[in-house]
This record gives sequence, structure tokens and C-alpha cells, in this order.
Amino acid sequence: MTRLPARLALAAAPGLVLCSCRGVQTMLDPAGDQARDIDVVWRAMLIVCGGMYLLVLGFLAWALWRARRPAPVGAPAIGHTPAERTLERSLSAWVALIVAGLVTLVTISFLVDRSLAEVGPQPLRVKVTAHQWWWQVDYDGSPQSQIVSTANELHLPLNRPAVVELQAHDVIHSFWAPNLAGKVDLIPGRTNYVAITPRRLGGFRGQCAEFCGLEHAKMAFDVTVESPEAFEAWRRSQLAEAQVPTNAQQVHGQQLFQTKACVMCHRIQGAEAGGSTGPDLTHLMSRRHIAAGALRNSRGDLAAWIADPQGVKPGTTMPRVPLTSDELNDVVAYLEMLK
Amino acid sequence: MTGVAEARALTALDVDGEQALARTWATPRGLWGFLTTVDAKEIGKRYVVTGLAFLALGGVLALVMRTQLARPESGLISPDRYNQIFSMHGTTMMFLFAVPIMEAMGLYLTPLMVGSRTMAFPRLNAFSYWIYLAGGVMLYVAYLLNIAPEAGWTAYVPLSGPEYSAGKRTDIWAQMVTFTEVAGLAAAVSMATTILKMRAPGMSLARLPLFMWSMLTTSFMVMLAMPAVMLATSFLISDRLIGTHFYNEAEGGSNLLYQHLFWFFGHPEVYIIFLPGLGMVSEITATFCRRSVFGYPVMVLSLLSTGFLAFGLWVHHMFATGLPHLGDSFYTAASMTIALPAGVQIFCWIATLWDGKPRFATPLLFVVGFVITFVAGGLSGVMLASVPLDLQVHDTYFVVAHFHYVLIGGAVFPLLGGIYYWFPKVTGRMPDEVAGKWSFWLIFLGFHLTFFPMHILGLRGMPRRVYTYGADMGWADLNLLSTLGAYLLASGLLVYLLNLVVAARRGWPAGPNPWNAGGLEWATSSPPPPHNFGATPVVEGREPLWLPGEFPVMHGLDVEHREVLLTTIADGKPDIREGSPGPSIWPLLSALAVSLLFIGSIFDEWFLVWAAIPVMLCLIGWFWPKSSHSKLVKAPDDKIPGALA
Amino acid sequence: MSVGWKRRRRAALMAALACVAPAACNRENRNMNAPVPETAPKGVQVSDLHPGPSAAWPSDPRGREYEGNATHIANGQRYYKWFNCSGCHFNGGGGIGPALMDDKWRYGGRIEQIYATIAQGRPNGMPSFADKIPEQQIWEIAAYVRSLSGNADKLAAPSRADEMSSIPPISNIDKAPPKGDPDVSKAGGG
Repeated sequence: MTRLPARLALAAAPGLVLCSCRGVQTMLDPAGDQARDIDVVWRAMLIVCGGMYLLVLGFLAWALWRARRPAPVGAPAIGHTPAERTLERSLSAWVALIVAGLVTLVTISFLVDRSLAEVGPQPLRVKVTAHQWWWQVDYDGSPQSQIVSTANELHLPLNRPAVVELQAHDVIHSFWAPNLAGKVDLIPGRTNYVAITPRRLGGFRGQCAEFCGLEHAKMAFDVTVESPEAFEAWRRSQLAEAQVPTNAQQVHGQQLFQTKACVMCHRIQGAEAGGSTGPDLTHLMSRRHIAAGALRNSRGDLAAWIADPQGVKPGTTMPRVPLTSDELNDVVAYLEMLK
Repeated sequence: MTGVAEARALTALDVDGEQALARTWATPRGLWGFLTTVDAKEIGKRYVVTGLAFLALGGVLALVMRTQLARPESGLISPDRYNQIFSMHGTTMMFLFAVPIMEAMGLYLTPLMVGSRTMAFPRLNAFSYWIYLAGGVMLYVAYLLNIAPEAGWTAYVPLSGPEYSAGKRTDIWAQMVTFTEVAGLAAAVSMATTILKMRAPGMSLARLPLFMWSMLTTSFMVMLAMPAVMLATSFLISDRLIGTHFYNEAEGGSNLLYQHLFWFFGHPEVYIIFLPGLGMVSEITATFCRRSVFGYPVMVLSLLSTGFLAFGLWVHHMFATGLPHLGDSFYTAASMTIALPAGVQIFCWIATLWDGKPRFATPLLFVVGFVITFVAGGLSGVMLASVPLDLQVHDTYFVVAHFHYVLIGGAVFPLLGGIYYWFPKVTGRMPDEVAGKWSFWLIFLGFHLTFFPMHILGLRGMPRRVYTYGADMGWADLNLLSTLGAYLLASGLLVYLLNLVVAARRGWPAGPNPWNAGGLEWATSSPPPPHNFGATPVVEGREPLWLPGEFPVMHGLDVEHREVLLTTIADGKPDIREGSPGPSIWPLLSALAVSLLFIGSIFDEWFLVWAAIPVMLCLIGWFWPKSSHSKLVKAPDDKIPGALA
Repeated sequence: MSVGWKRRRRAALMAALACVAPAACNRENRNMNAPVPETAPKGVQVSDLHPGPSAAWPSDPRGREYEGNATHIANGQRYYKWFNCSGCHFNGGGGIGPALMDDKWRYGGRIEQIYATIAQGRPNGMPSFADKIPEQQIWEIAAYVRSLSGNADKLAAPSRADEMSSIPPISNIDKAPPKGDPDVSKAGGG
């Protein structure tokens, strides 16, 4: 698919109605190859469909305008009016026009669809497993000690093709980062793939796009596109074990984490916490949001989340663990050093 | 109306004949008559009223949702309640309002439009209504008992499966679908038979009104599509009730099987809703433009090809599921192809407007509104048909905007126009034209204000089925606008309904043909007598009331017994004189027995066995042989003046 | 007239269904954000041997509530998997640990006793989950375990999980009310 001439040709497409096209979760601001290809289809659609709509409205307006002429007397007509032949010929022209328009759109759509399936050489492999209602993200690595596990956040190196392998743990979800690519469903029992080649630095947001239960509305993830060097640095830091607590409050916080319910679900590499049903918290503080985009990653939000997860995301699978306020402070102090 | 040639009218029988006929076909008075009537007009009227009641309930649910979404993190409704509300809204609108009300319009109008005394299977129609009512009541009682469905009107597995949807909520939903399918199938069978076999003499297929063509196509679509969803939901109930593995991937079942089965029904479903609306548009346009719709053969072919193509599109609901792309491309092409017959029909209607002498009464305003709205929705559908673009806008508010444009624009606007148009025929009174025009403008503007911003919201990343959204997403303004539009739309619908309710009591009396239309239904009085037509009209062409000369009629059907005339399928030549059943309690009793079976089997599978016994007994009562009146028409009877064209 | 009749009929239907309502209410309740955190059952006895009259100790009303609520049992099913109960008890048939689907309960088969077993741990291998699983979740797991022996509300229990099937559908499991463990009751008198 030759992108450049097509894009030049369609560059003049009306984006008029769509003010404020910029955004971190919008398909109107493509930042990756796949999203740009889809944008070509979108602009072609706007031109062809918009044009057809204007034609229909124009014909309708003409008909309504003509209605103002004085109505001649006589019985209602059953076909065979003087204009019948003209109308028949116009109908043939209309059919031809529709066919031409549809053929154009089908062709563009087919060609772009094929380009979406292309994956570049040596792609970065990421595996995303969707849970109710958070995203488990694992970066391929070999040997196994090189696998990076994180949650609700993807980092991608600029200009390098990536393939995201999509699996679901419970129900059907959908992985959708509109600035980068179209959505693909994550279906339990099946593995799907989406190719993403990011072309612009920055932070983007994605959201689950298949109704998956109570907190479908609050199941988002962050995508950070950074330079390859920054990506490698991030990956290396993610592979490191968790920081060791230094002061008494953090030590107490770690003790609480390990003896209370936290350790049943969460994992912190390097501490005695190996739960696998909830997100990996080893580098919790390196993330922009917590609770799958529901809260920012700040001390207050973190404390609020731990104190009452059901208040933030009613129905979420994280229970309210009874902690006194001192215990809560200590746990938060411990978590805050997991950079 | 001065200076315009009046449509011709049907000569009535002599007074004694009319009175005898009226007695023969009358519904008994009182509660017993209410419960046992098989008059298609009575059943059609109550079906429409019940459908409109469900429209109101579904609309209130929508207003609650819009109020919740007007502000970010509004906190008005809990996520659990919101999920139930949007599931109820979709289920109500699709299963309890849209399909039933279109079938209801067909039930009332079909005998009148084809010139018959009643429908083909009168007791089956009555049964259809009672089953539909039972399903709807069950769903709303469930809502009051906190057992409303919560997985959307589509209820995908595994979310709606035994592990992730606790309790009986999804079972209630699945069984309600069964209720409405049975009701739909019953009505469709009756309608198709009536349209094919019970037309007036001389009404060949080439002279069939376009609304009848649309109902015929719809009926066949119902018969082919409904079994698929029955299968989908039955498998789901079975998985949930007795632990079968139809949808359990770990045991060899398949999650996608549900989607395929559901959408094999689900896509034709929307055309089942949409095609009758197209028929109504044709009827209204012809009358108010004072010319028959341009391009009759092309219109018929468009209806038939739409009905056929609709079965080949369903995978476009599954483009994001990871099916092989080459297959997806086929469905892209098919989904775009279906725009062709729709486009042709739009041309024909506008051509009729252009070439005719339009009179802008409220029904024609709704037609114009339909063209403006439905074409926009159809074009956003063409956008959705493309796999790459769909992968961006699927499951966002863009899709919500699209389907409301095509369903409200393409089906509800014609329906509102049609109800207004046929209101004088049904009630014998004229609705108020000023209120009608006000209601149109409120509805039209309210609709666009509500749903146009949703296109933009979808493009800007707002997924659907979300109970709230963050304040920093930038979606708040458009959501607020949309909510205001929703209230405007609701007010318009309120004005529309009030207009009809008031006019039913105090409107100007309407004669048989207040709009000077050409169809057979306008040949009889308003409201029609129980027997529809005194003498059987003989049809010499399309728009029979616009033809010059005396209206030919045929006499000879029995007035002391209920008797209908069956004609041949293609040419409408008289064929058989057949008896028609009178009022009967068996449809109601059978509906109660079947309801017991359906509702009981939500809770215990043994109901399928034991509750089948009352059903069997009711069916025995229903089909107990009675003496019949069928006679072949004798040879001399089949000469009809002015046959064939 | 017909409108009034319809209204009367609807009202009658409501009244009839109001009798069913309380049962439906509990089964379908989804109370996600209780104002006060759940607590453990009090005064649970894990043995049938006790001095004084042989009347059974009073049951905690929350037990019936949890056993009759579909969401709680479904959550219990999920936690049974997550917290690796199946590691020892397999899918209910027992293996390393005793079976949970039969009527033999060494330390009692009532929901409060199962709660106590999960929270306190038991000799010979049952860990203590007291501080590790919040109270409400232990109740939910106990309710699910009760459903495995057919002792929970059949209408509330999910028929199966979305995984390989190794037990009959829970809605088909015959009710097996708990009896004491015969080996234990024979030893040490009574």
C-alpha cells in the first residue's frame, strides 16, 4: 500500500467538524503506522460518504423546492408521468455512482486491512493478558529471568514494530489504544495479535473496549512511547528486584504486606510475596496510574485505593483489607519506595 | 382539497348483509371478548399500545443513562444498576418494542391492505400477543426484583455464562428472548400466509402494495433468523442450568459460537425492524405526493435483495475477534453491497417527491426526517463495514450513534409517520396537525442533538457501555449536549403520544379516506367494521382507489359463517372459500401454559418435561376438529372483470 | 375499560410475585461496598462433643445469607481457584486433603465450622488463612464449599466454571448434609 501519495491526496480531507483532534486516546491523532493507515480509510470515507450525503440532501432539497410550484388539478398519478423516462435514466446513473463509490471504498479498505496485518522485522514481543479489570503485561525475554512483568502500562520503543499477543483470563475484553492501532478482542481460550509500530514519542492511553462486567468503564492502560535507549533503561530497571526497605516504617510496612492479605494476590520480586492473581507490584511507583487508570499514582490516591478499593471501583476483585491508619501509613510508605 | 379528483369508494352491501356480516365477525362483549378475540384489528391495536408502552419504558431507561453520563464521575447510579439499565434498554427496544410493533402494524393493516376479512391464522395471532405480553411482563417484574439482565442486550459469553454472571439474571434475559421469538415467529407465519394466499381477487403480486412486500420479506426473514437466536439462548440457558459445555472452551465448546449464532440472528433482526419502516415510507410518500412511488419493480427488488443480503453480513459485528482477515473482507464487501438497494430506494422516494405534488402533512414530514437521518446512519454504516475503520470505532459511541441513526431514523421515524397516517383509519378521528408538526420538530431536533455528538465522542475515544468516564478525558461537553438533546427528544415523543391520546377521544371525525390515498385499506369505513369489507373488492391495478370508474366488487362469501377467500399466489385468482375460526380461549390458555413452561425452566429443568403436559392439553383443545367450510370456488366464479396487468 | 383491566391484572401479578420477592432479593443481592467490614462468626464449635444438653449451637444468620447469594458463591468459586484450595482438595473430590463434596466433616460441615477451619487451619496440613484472606472472602469460600456438597441454594450456585469439567454440575449435586467423621467419633468415646 503506497501510503505517501494517498496521504497527500487525502490530506485536504475535511477534518472541519472534528475540532480538537489532538488527544491521548483518540483515533483522530494517529501516532503509529497502523493508526495512520486507518486514518487514510477514515478520510476516504469522509470524502465519499460525505459527498454522497450532500448529493442526497441536494436532491431532497430540490424536490422540496419544486414542491412549491402550484399543484395542477387531476387525479393522482400511478406511474407513467412525463418525467418517468428522465427519472429512470437518473436512477441508472445513481446506481452506477453508488457502485463506483462502494468499489472504491472496498478496495481502499481491503488494501489497508492487508497492511495492518504486516509486521515489521524483529518485532518486540509483548504479551497482554486481560483480567477483570486490569491488564497484565509481560515482555518476552529469554532466558526466563529476562521476562518483565508489569501491569496496566506498556512501554514501546519509537519506530520499532511490536507485536502484542493478546489473551484473556476470564471474559472477553478488547485492547484498544486508538492513537496507535485498531482494537483486537482478547478472548479466553484463544490468542489474538495486534501489530503496533509507534512513530511519535509521548504518552497515550488505551481502554478496554468490550463490555467485561462491573468495572469495564475503569479498565484503562497507559502506553509510553520512548526512544530505544530510554526503553532499554526502563526494561533494565524493571528487571531489577524490588528495593529493600531502609527505615523502620518501611520495614514494618513490608512485614504487614507479607503477613496480611496482600501477599495472597500480589507479587513483589525480591520480597516474600509471590501472589499471581493480582498485578505485580515490584515497580509500582514507576507507573503513571494505579487501579487500571482509575487513579493517579500519588500517595493519597494509593492510600485511598488500599483503604477502600470498593469505594473507588465498586465490584473490583481487590477486597478491603482491614488496616488501622498506622498500618495503612506504613504499607503505603513501603509501597512508595518500590520504584 | 377542492379541484382535486377524489379517490373512488367501495359500494357497500345491502344493509341486512352488512348487519349479518358484522354480527358474524363481531368480538363478544366484555372481559370474555377481550380474552378470546381473534380479530386481527383488536390484536393489532393492543400490540401497538403495548409496544408503545415498552417504548416509553425503554425511553425512561435511556433518560436515566443520559442523566448519569451528563457529567463525569456523576455517581448517580452504581455500576451494577447502570449495567442492568443499559441491558434493559437495549433488550426492551430491540425485543419488546421494535420488532413487535412492526409486526403489530402489519397485523392490523395486512387484511385491510390485501382486501381480506382477517388474517390467515387468527388464533395464532392472539397467541402471539399473549406470549409477547408474558415475556415483557416477566422481564420488567424481574427488573423490580433485581433480576434484570446485566450483560447487555447481546449477553456475550463468557460474561453471561455460569461463572461470570451469578444468579438468574441472564437466564431471565435468555428466556424472555425465547418468548419474543415465539411471538414473532407466530405473527410472521400468519402474515406471510395472509399476504400470499388471501389477497383480493385481481391483486397479483405485481399489484401488491409496497408495505405488503416489506411485511412479506420481513416475515420470511423472521422465520429464518429467529431460530438462530433461539438456539443461542437455549444453549446459554442449558450451560447455566445444567452445566453443559456449549460455550466452554476448556471442554471443546466455543465462545465465538455464541457470537456467530447470535449475530446470524442479530443482523437480520435490524433489517426485520427496518424493512417494515421502508414499506410505511412508501405508502406515506405515495399518498402525500399524489403519485405512486417511482420505480415499483426496482423497489420490490430492493426489498427482496435487502432481505436476502441481510443474512450474509453478520460477521461485521465480529471484526475485532481475530477471525481470518480474508473472511472479514468478504463481509466488508457484503456489508457495503447492502447499501445499494437502500440507496436505490432513497432515490425512488425522493424522485416521487420531486415528481409528485407534495403536501407537507405530519406523516410526510416524518418521511423527510427519515431520509435525512437514515441516509446519514446508512453512510456511517458503510464506514463501519470497513474492517480497518471498524477496528477503531467498534464498541465506541460511534457505533451507538450509527445504530440509533438507522434504527430511529430508519424505523422509528417511519413508524411515527405511519401511526399518524393510519390513525384516522384505526380510530375514525383525525390527530391534531399543529401538535403533530410540533412533535415532529421536537423529535427531529432532539434526536440529532442527542446522537450526532456521539459520532464525535466515539472518534475521540469514548467506548460504549461505560457507566462513567474521567473528567480529564474531554468528553464532558458533548455528553452534556447529548443529554439535553435526549430530554428534547423525550418531550417530542410525549407531545406525539399526547396528541394521539387526546385525538382518540376528541379529534375531528375522519371519513373513510381523509388523506385521499389509493390503497385498499382506505376503501372501508374508519374505523373498519369487524369484517373489514362488506363486498370483496376486486383489484385492477396498483393504488386501486385512484383508478377511474366504478369499483368492481365480488359477492358470494357467506355472511352467516366466518368465511374468507383464498386466492392463488401469483395472480390472485379466487381459489378456495375457507372457514375462519371464531373467538377462542385456547390461545390465552396455551400462552399461559407455555409461559409456565418457559418461566419454570429458568429455575428447574424438569419443567420442560412436566409443564409440557398442560401445553399439550391446551393444544389438543385448540386443534380439536370442528366442521369446516372450505369449498373450492366453482369455475364460473373465477372470471374477474379487468384482470391482470 | 380495557386499560383499567390491564392495570388490575398487573397489580395482581405484582402482589403474587411479592411473595417470591424476599427469596429473589437475597439470591441476587450484590452488595459490594458494605459500610462496615465483615467479621468472623462467633462461638463456633468444631466438635460434636460438649458438656450439657445436646442441642446444636445457634447458627449465624449470615451463613444462610451467604449460602443463598449467587454472587457470594460465585466469588467463592473464584477464590477457591485463586487461593489454591484445589491444590490439596482438588476440585472437591479430595486428594492430598479430604473431600469437600461428601458428608464427612472432621471439624464440622456447617458453614461457620468451615469458616473456622479455613481461618484457623487444622492439623495435618490445612493452613491457617486468618489474616491472609479477609473475612468476607472466607465466608464466600465457605459458601462455595457448602455448595459443593449440595448444601447451598441450588438456584444460587453456578452450574459449572469455565474450565475442564471434573465435578458434576453443582446444580445437580445431591444434597449431602454433614455427618461427623465416623473414624473420629468412634475413637475416644462418642
